[in-house]
Amino acid sequence: MLDPREAIIDKRLEKVKNVIAVSSGKGGVGKSLFASTLALTLARKNFKVGLFDLDFTSPSTHLILGLKDAKPKEEKGIIPAHVHGLKYVSIVAYSKEKPLPLRGADVSNAIIELLATTIWGDLDFLIIDMPPGISDATLDLIRLVKGIKFLVVTTPSPLAFETVKKLLGLLRELKVPVVGVVENMKIRKDAFVSRNVADAGFSSLGDLPFDPKVEETLGNVDALLETDFAKKLAEIVSKIPFNPT
Amino acid sequence: MLKNFSFHLKAFKGLCYNILKCGFVEGFSMHEWALAEAIISSVSQIAENEGLKEVVEVKIKVGELQQVEIDILEFALSELKMAKFKNAKFTVETVKAELQCRACGQKWSFSRNKLDIESAEAIHFVPETVHAYIKCPKCGSPDFEILQGRGVWIESVRGVK
Repeated sequence: MLDPREAIIDKRLEKVKNVIAVSSGKGGVGKSLFASTLALTLARKNFKVGLFDLDFTSPSTHLILGLKDAKPKEEKGIIPAHVHGLKYVSIVAYSKEKPLPLRGADVSNAIIELLATTIWGDLDFLIIDMPPGISDATLDLIRLVKGIKFLVVTTPSPLAFETVKKLLGLLRELKVPVVGVVENMKIRKDAFVSRNVADAGFSSLGDLPFDPKVEETLGNVDALLETDFAKKLAEIVSKIPFNPT
Repeated sequence: MLKNFSFHLKAFKGLCYNILKCGFVEGFSMHEWALAEAIISSVSQIAENEGLKEVVEVKIKVGELQQVEIDILEFALSELKMAKFKNAKFTVETVKAELQCRACGQKWSFSRNKLDIESAEAIHFVPETVHAYIKCPKCGSPDFEILQGRGVWIESVRGVK
């Protein structure tokens, strides 16, 4: 018996020039905020951008973007919602605000279902907000999405970086391209992360300040893009060598 | 009798086509098209890998949980068929959905009738959202396994080499 869905995933993503998985070894480092702000920043630069919230059990990008009802349309597949200049898909459109407890096999099935049935169309960037860690979602995306690149987020904490080292190690072993590592919530000058990233043979993309004002902007994307966090993120993004768009 | 049946089937397929073409009805029936595309793409790959000159028969199973409209799926398949399997017979069979609680071991059958339209629609698009809408009837746990009847899969492809 054969699951036919995987056979169509390449076709669904054939017009997407850059698929960027925003990932980390642990939760709470600001992946969703980074992924959402990255997507918005690129969209404001007139790129065609999609944002896919793959953190099925703890989705939060809809809160950052201030979305109450971002239900995709259905027309021979799932047509992403259009929000703030982005094409957007989150499982919240289907699970609403209810808890969605999923085990690994269920996560894989839901990922394959959405990759097989979502019609992203022509995009310069598809930004994927990943769940933390190196379990099912990470392994499935590496297996199913050709040309995927990872952008890894950490904090200055040695605890966070220890988990990031494992993620980077896995990506190296599987020969998955890594755009680089961003150090988020930086409070004081410290070269711990950048030194360790360089020692591991990866690129440090820079650091983002711990900006308490960001929390106040949740749900207001214009205010979010005015924060020091977003401005520094835009500087970092401008230096990343993405695929030509 | 057979003629009448053919006529009704044709009329129904014509209606489906109009619905799909004009987009009068969004949602429920449209998802079948995406699944049909996946099936066609998969059969095409199988035919190529197996060196089949012509595909004669494709057996497809559809899990009850996803609430796929079989007639619409068959119509989409007939519209999407490629030259290599334009004469192939596609048979689609529904498999009952059975669930088992991991907490207490209770087994039960999925019933769409117990769901409101929004919940049923969510499960149609992403069957795993069933964990948000259904609980074990015995102990109330959302931690259950879908034993059978999830999604769409190809059981066999028969062809000529």
